[in-house]
Amino acid sequence: METKRNRAFYFVLLPVLAWLMILIFIPHIELLVNSFKVDGQESWTLENYTDFFTNRIYWMTLVKTVSYAIGVTILAFIVAFPVAFYLTKVVSKRYVGPLTMLLLVPLWVGELITIYGWMIILGDHGIINQFLIDLGWIEKPLPLLYNDFSMILGLLYMSVLFMIVPIMSTLESLDDSLIEAASDLGAGKWTIIRRIVIPYAMPGIVSGSIIVFMLVIGDYLAPNILGGKSSLWFTEQIYNQFLSTFNWNEGAAFGFLLLLISSLIVWIALKVSGQKLERVGS
Amino acid sequence: MNKILEVKHLTKHFKEFTAVEDVNFYVEEGGFFSILGPSGCGKTTLLRMISGFIEATEGEILIEGKPMRGIPPEERPVNIVFQSLALFPMMNVYENVAFGLRRKKLDKTEIDTRVREMLARVGLEGFEKKKVTELSGGQRQRVAIARSLVMKPSILLLDEPLGALDRKLREHMKVELKLLQKEIGTTFIYITHDQSEALVMSDRVAVMNKGRFEQIDTPKNLYKNPKTAFVAGFVGESNRFELSGRQGDTIRTTSGWELERPGLDFDPDVLFIRPEAILINPDPQMEAIDRFDATIKTILFDGANTKLSAVLGGGEELLVSLPQNARYDSLSEGDAVTIGIHYDDLKCYREV
Repeated sequence: METKRNRAFYFVLLPVLAWLMILIFIPHIELLVNSFKVDGQESWTLENYTDFFTNRIYWMTLVKTVSYAIGVTILAFIVAFPVAFYLTKVVSKRYVGPLTMLLLVPLWVGELITIYGWMIILGDHGIINQFLIDLGWIEKPLPLLYNDFSMILGLLYMSVLFMIVPIMSTLESLDDSLIEAASDLGAGKWTIIRRIVIPYAMPGIVSGSIIVFMLVIGDYLAPNILGGKSSLWFTEQIYNQFLSTFNWNEGAAFGFLLLLISSLIVWIALKVSGQKLERVGS
Repeated sequence: MNKILEVKHLTKHFKEFTAVEDVNFYVEEGGFFSILGPSGCGKTTLLRMISGFIEATEGEILIEGKPMRGIPPEERPVNIVFQSLALFPMMNVYENVAFGLRRKKLDKTEIDTRVREMLARVGLEGFEKKKVTELSGGQRQRVAIARSLVMKPSILLLDEPLGALDRKLREHMKVELKLLQKEIGTTFIYITHDQSEALVMSDRVAVMNKGRFEQIDTPKNLYKNPKTAFVAGFVGESNRFELSGRQGDTIRTTSGWELERPGLDFDPDVLFIRPEAILINPDPQMEAIDRFDATIKTILFDGANTKLSAVLGGGEELLVSLPQNARYDSLSEGDAVTIGIHYDDLKCYREV
């Protein structure tokens, strides 16, 4: 019996291991090795990494990317929490399905299309500017596109859903009588949200934050298209290394730095919020 | 006695549905008042109106003489122990109990003394740092009660808090709750569908059915003198018979069974007889009783609750309590017996 079960176990495990090896492990090892090499040399070197630290533009870009990604994550929480609360606790149960479907629509369309959508809305001849000019409120179009504002908007738009869904799933199990009990004990609305609802939703908030942070920090389209020339997102630096200057080794090093930094930040966030990765991941 | 809660003509409509209809009652200070009714009778709606979570359609609620209309739950001098207990899972026992006091912005040392005092009172000393998820059912119960009582409410509302406990613990908690209420002196309003909980603990019980109060009385009166057919059927166990009519002092069931029942001044259409009111082989000298010949069909052994099912000449079946003592030990299935029922134990009602 025991050996039979083991055989079945390994049989199922095999494709998983193969997938991990071929699609994730091997390419990453290849990149890691490359990041310690320089073109035309056989020996190992740290040059690619020292390059990063000595060039202000490189590490400043990473600092900006990380801090903006944190900012977008916080914004995503501010936007997502009321939506998730509304969908799980306020709205009548039969509307939850259709409303959640509506939230998912942007995902079906794809990121590139929604970004073009934003360009149509925000551009100089876009809907907003045209409307304000027609009203006579402004004379020249407002600079809404190709700056940090449009970039953050785009990043927020493509990632906010990944914050809403995990928060919704934790709030679904929140017993309404907890809210009533707090209110019965004299707590006002804000105290209830701060002391009861948010602590209860913490696993969902943290897992949502990890997903949003990772998506945003690794996004390329929104910063590149909506952010304009000066957006300076770290993924653009990596792209440039690979495809503009053809310095794959430097690009690989940048990639690993991004992976390292973002993992470090997630780890710190988990420590600070007192959550366990296993609990957040489930 | 001081009326701590007065409810006048309270009505609640949910769209077409009337959950509570013209309910009137009062509760005396320090009393243990129960509202007993089947699920869906409107008792939880009534409780939620008293606590302020829903507003009444019509009528008035006075707590300590003050009208409560428009006052939100957090400002009412009542606290509630929820059916699900609703302990805050993200807090430990101490924080749960201190939650309400902290909202009142009380002095830290005062909060600390009150919380510790209350935990000691419910027997949870030393549990302060425990997570509520680590507690047993009975302990969680006590935390919930302590969390409400520490607020020193005028009235404590309890919404079937014993429902989730197993039978043994429930029996134990019944007694404990009653003692705690006596000791603290807070007015308790207890909602339940379990008649035993209501009868054991309460000073007065209201029986609720379809949004209305059928009877408000002491537990003993409720059991001995039910005023309506619903109360007779709901409180305690009963044999129920439909009646087809009355001729003088004789009443007749639809199956044709005739019983003597003097003293009626109306035409009843339903008859209730409690199993424990039926005598087996009664003393021939006893007066004012009906006597019938019956055969024992089955004996349903259940310790102190043992009953036998007796079949009368006309095929009517009666459940009869069978006391477990030497007098009746010889009875067995198939035996012929005489059963006797005192006139006063024939409870007759007009339902339609």
